[in-house]
Amino acid sequence: MAIDIEHLPPRVRTRTFIDRYSAFARVNHWITAITFSLLALSGLALFHPSLYFLTGLFGGGAVTRAVHPWLGVILLISFAGMFLQFWRYNLWNRDDTQWMSQIGDVVKGDEEKLPELDKYNAGQKGVFWGQALMILVLFCTGLVIWDQYFGGYVSIETNRLAALIHAVMAFFAIMLIIVHVYAGIWVRGSVASMTRGRVTGGWAWRHHRKWLRREAGTKHAHRE
Amino acid sequence: MANQSLNLQRRSASTDTPPVTGGQAIEVAKLIDVSKCIGCKACQSACLEWNNLREEVGVNTGVYDNPHDLTPNSWTLMRFAEWDNPDNGNLEWLIRKDGCMHCADPGCLKACPAPGAIVQYTNGIVDFVHENCIGCGYCIKGCPFNIPRVSKVDHKAYKCSLCSDRVAVGQGPACAKACPTTAIMFGTKEAMKAQAEKRIADLKSRGFSNAGLYDPEGVGGTHVMYVLHHNDKPHIYAGLPDKPRISPLVAAWKGTGKAFALGALALAAIGAFVHHTIVGPNKVSEHDEENAAELVEEGKSGAAPSSPETRPV
Repeated sequence: MAIDIEHLPPRVRTRTFIDRYSAFARVNHWITAITFSLLALSGLALFHPSLYFLTGLFGGGAVTRAVHPWLGVILLISFAGMFLQFWRYNLWNRDDTQWMSQIGDVVKGDEEKLPELDKYNAGQKGVFWGQALMILVLFCTGLVIWDQYFGGYVSIETNRLAALIHAVMAFFAIMLIIVHVYAGIWVRGSVASMTRGRVTGGWAWRHHRKWLRREAGTKHAHRE
Repeated sequence: MANQSLNLQRRSASTDTPPVTGGQAIEVAKLIDVSKCIGCKACQSACLEWNNLREEVGVNTGVYDNPHDLTPNSWTLMRFAEWDNPDNGNLEWLIRKDGCMHCADPGCLKACPAPGAIVQYTNGIVDFVHENCIGCGYCIKGCPFNIPRVSKVDHKAYKCSLCSDRVAVGQGPACAKACPTTAIMFGTKEAMKAQAEKRIADLKSRGFSNAGLYDPEGVGGTHVMYVLHHNDKPHIYAGLPDKPRISPLVAAWKGTGKAFALGALALAAIGAFVHHTIVGPNKVSEHDEENAAELVEEGKSGAAPSSPETRPV
């Protein structure tokens, strides 16, 4: 067994912090997150009989059926808010293609081998565009199968197709959220960006150096 | 609630097989002989009366269909179709009593997400249990015959129960009892098939060479069957499906893929846990912090000294 020696650095005197998310963006994110979670719970309850017990969280099957689409409306509006704030930072560039080709290094956490990145990496951009697409499709197919208000507007065959697409899209959306949540847990220091709105300079240096270089000269970076 | 006098064969959204008491169940069936129907709508009235339903007074749009479609209150409906017979030039008035077909393989039950909201009794009747219904309308998507209707008042789905409450006590359905020409008959499925055979032989002797029994295989057979004079083209009877079956879209939506999807979601969560166990947390090192501090320092001292913000810890 190898023995590792860890050299502890001398006492740290300064810490730098970089502002990453405004209060508005944070509130917007958490409304989206809570709404998504409630949608997933109520949707899964009706997705598979083994999860029907989840309807108990909402006050029974009929209430779950009635509430779920309204949560969808809130999610669409809330996500639209996030989309407008973040879309321009999520445009694909050459670094992202490079990052994707080195996905093995990403998973191992060997970030020194990866290109310097701006505000988001390709994985984060994937979550962003993936959710944007899926929330839109889920909303549209959801309207079709919202029987209480839109029943009978289209043919039954269209209804069947919409129900199928809705279920498939929901599966991928939940899958993507599992990746998103895990990435936030795995990459230590990320959650602070959405709770306190700022990250440490070291976090930015390690994961988004290009972004840090840009922010370094501005008032978004500060010492403590 | 489900009729306690009848044994359950299947329950929606449930994997458990309901316990069956008593001996071999006898399958029942309603036989509707379209060739004997005179379109009097006594069956519709009897249905409303027995089930204590009231239909709204509608408007006439120039056809005999009244109401214009099945509703949460009208579980059966006479549909009138005029058909030009190209073989002999006759105008034939085809009147079909529409309503739930009580499929042996019920699409509504398979699509239903609420446990026990749709049941199938061992005698073949498919019944909606309203206290369990959540009003999602999935049964409408599952049904190959477009029968269930969701009420705008109580948001629950309704359709013909084949008078399961009457059948449980040895009575026939209200519509069959009211029919003045015995175009609607009720009995064991076997007896009804035998009866249909006699009628079909009679119709064939009168020149309806394609007369036959409508008991479609695609849904495992039905517990409401039609004697049709033109069994080679059921669609002329106000759109009766030629080859009904549960839509492949519904089968895909409600198939075993669901269990795989749940499994995949669970695997993703487990995979994340395993990854964290192997790779460990992706932590920021002290070295990273020093590099960042240096960079920020340079940025501040360089061009554009835009109010350096220093907060006390």
